[in-house]
Amino acid sequence: MSEIAEKVKAIIIDKLGVEESEVTPEASFTNDLGADSLDTVELIMEFEKEFNVSIPDDQAENIATVGQAVSYLEEHAK
Amino acid sequence: MELKRVVVTGLGALTPLGNTVSEYWTGLTNGVSGAAPITRFDASKFKTQFACEVKGYVPENYFDRKEARKMDLFSQFALVVADEAVQDANLVEGNYDPDRVGVIWGSGIGGLRTFQEECVNFANGDGTPRFNPFFIPKMIADISAGHISIKYGFRGPNFVTVSACASATNAIIDSFNYIRLGMADVVVTGGSEAAVTEAGIGGFNALKALSERNDSPESASRPFDKDRDGFVLGEGAGALILEEYEHAKARGAKIYAEVIGGGMSADAYHITAPHPEGLGALNVMKNVLRDANIRPEEVDYINVHGTSTPLGDVSEVKAIQTVFGDHAYNLNISSTKSMTGHLLGAAGAIEAIASIMAVRNNIVPPTINHFTDDESFDSRLNFTFNKAQEREVKVALSNTFGFGGHNTSVLFRQFID
Repeated sequence: MSEIAEKVKAIIIDKLGVEESEVTPEASFTNDLGADSLDTVELIMEFEKEFNVSIPDDQAENIATVGQAVSYLEEHAK
Repeated sequence: MELKRVVVTGLGALTPLGNTVSEYWTGLTNGVSGAAPITRFDASKFKTQFACEVKGYVPENYFDRKEARKMDLFSQFALVVADEAVQDANLVEGNYDPDRVGVIWGSGIGGLRTFQEECVNFANGDGTPRFNPFFIPKMIADISAGHISIKYGFRGPNFVTVSACASATNAIIDSFNYIRLGMADVVVTGGSEAAVTEAGIGGFNALKALSERNDSPESASRPFDKDRDGFVLGEGAGALILEEYEHAKARGAKIYAEVIGGGMSADAYHITAPHPEGLGALNVMKNVLRDANIRPEEVDYINVHGTSTPLGDVSEVKAIQTVFGDHAYNLNISSTKSMTGHLLGAAGAIEAIASIMAVRNNIVPPTINHFTDDESFDSRLNFTFNKAQEREVKVALSNTFGFGGHNTSVLFRQFID
């Protein structure tokens, strides 16, 4: 697992209070990990802070799963 | 229309003296001080370095971590005491109509720590706004009532009153009014506050409102003592279940006491100083007696606002003597803030509980930390100094006054069918 994927996982575990085993690439923040819309906004903000990126709202809407977050960040993280 | 009777059927408390009603009452009757050096932040540069904090509170004992993180401490406190009160009242699905159960809460400030942290984060950044999406819903004072309703599905009237240190009493009075007007069967009321933060202590220090007796925190809150030098900031919460009498009777609820009157007034004088003659305090006590339709002579105990400030204590006592005349000498007067410190918007809730427990147990909790008489006070008055006193308490009056000149009083009476 990449360093980015490790960090993404840690953030999700911390913010959503879920078990590590639940954080699979296919896991959806809202459907599988119990996030509501505000939790999702908070996650995106944490990713922005951790990886020093700015994720525009229209792209944030496409980040709904753990795998999508990792891919996006692997592409855009500085 | 005929007003309905309103009774108290459940209580909950999280206080500097104990984390349940029973622990709180034990602390009160034993004359324990809740003051100690501040642990919530490094107060070494502050003029006041102590407070009455809630002790041994671990959020994880009450909430899962994710849930706790989304709530400021003042909302967590609200949920903890509401839960104790709901259980105490034995409100269980099926014995109430959720559309007829309200939540009317009080908080003077709301999520002060959340506000402080978010602003500090922003100020420390590069100007990019990175406010947490939970910032606003954590901070706003009314969210406490929202959380309680969400947890239990109580869908009746729901809001929070804000009148500084009178907030919880305003909430209790509003609840009393809604029920006696027939607009709700049950209301979860009370208040919570968690302002022991850098901004809270620093802000009240700047007002010169707090005691600075750092060498002896436990003796700092000394209402009516000659050497009182300000109030001691407290934190915590209190909850009361108010219920329409027939509703309570029908479901066989235990009844602690009856709420018989609420009074409100304004000083219309100064933002922080009390009216020197206690005009607002005088009016509010007259109002509450009139509302309850009782004579001053029927009151046995006054749980005073009595914050331990040089001016406030004097004007309140002047008002008591004006309203009660010679009967003032028969009263027990006490300031439980001598033990709990001043819980600001939650003060009215925990002091209502102290008053109700006094009525129920016929014990008046003391005003501790009395060392030196102050000649400003009539020596014939009984301030219940230092030790609890046993006496029959048929009627107790609780006063709370807030910055802005808001005055509130509420009357509790021994329940007689």
